[in-house]
Amino acid sequence: MLAFCRWLEATPWSIALHESLWAYAIIESAHVLSLCVFVGIAVLWDFRLLRLTLRDVPVSEFLARLMPWMVAGFVVMVVTGALLFFGIPVRSYQSVFFRAKVVMLILAGVNAWVFHATVGRRVVEWDSAPILPRAARVAGVVSLCLWAAVIFSGRMIAYNWFDCDTPQSDLVRTLAGCTDDLRE
Amino acid sequence: MLLPYFEWCENSALGATIRDSLWLFPVIESFHLVAMAVLGGTVLLVDMRLLGLGLSRRSVATLARDVQPFFVAAVAVMLVSGLLLFSSEAVKCYYSAAFWVKMTFLAAAITFTYSARRRLVGADGECRDSLYGRFVGLTSLLLWFGVGAGGRWIGFS
Repeated sequence: MLAFCRWLEATPWSIALHESLWAYAIIESAHVLSLCVFVGIAVLWDFRLLRLTLRDVPVSEFLARLMPWMVAGFVVMVVTGALLFFGIPVRSYQSVFFRAKVVMLILAGVNAWVFHATVGRRVVEWDSAPILPRAARVAGVVSLCLWAAVIFSGRMIAYNWFDCDTPQSDLVRTLAGCTDDLRE
Repeated sequence: MLLPYFEWCENSALGATIRDSLWLFPVIESFHLVAMAVLGGTVLLVDMRLLGLGLSRRSVATLARDVQPFFVAAVAVMLVSGLLLFSSEAVKCYYSAAFWVKMTFLAAAITFTYSARRRLVGADGECRDSLYGRFVGLTSLLLWFGVGAGGRWIGFS
């Protein structure tokens, strides 16, 4: 994986993106602003599962009407995020925050999948119920926590406290996957 | 004219504490971002409805009323965290064009939200699916987009 990242980093497109004055900044802005579309609606969705807002809107209607927008926002986030990684592959791969973010993204995906595969399947049974199934509420809380954690760790990737090119403890070096050979 | 005030902010104990800390700025920034996502979601839901998208079978007034507490809470968190971030680098902000662009959009967005947009979404009028409703929804989205884009750009300067 590290070898792949190093190869990626040496490609002309990666170098061009890394050194561009505007492209990287614009992609990063698009990545951050699409948070409003994806996480913004996801948070309202989780609040709906907790019956904190939009109680009159059946859960199935919320999903049918807003899922396409969440998917669109998510696609923009993944594409711009992949481009950001493509511009700085090795450092990102060896960032503890990037690794934490990937783990939490996977967990958020598993949470969403479990919801839709289990309690979400029977949504018609509790669509407008005054008390939603416990599993649905748990999925909402877990999702809220994970997306907040994704935002926090994503923001921290920009900071170099734990980078491999500075002295780090053995724990950090293991978590970040630092190697002893010199890169450049 | 405002520079002395900006310098005072930057030299305040609060600003110095945040500036001298390794963790405070990024942590406050993360709260700022999480609140932005919530703010964006509440604005989007209502503005999309004004544009005939999303929860288009629901009344604008109901949607707006339902998400209002979260909108207000998100704005409050953004203002507090934003002021903290500002206090740590006020002089840099003073000389940053992006900062002034953001503040201009912010003033416009809040004024618009609490005047024309509020009159439209609060009333049970019939103009909701009208051209005017779409105009208000689009204007609101563009103003808040300006706030977000300007804010992101402060970090690049």
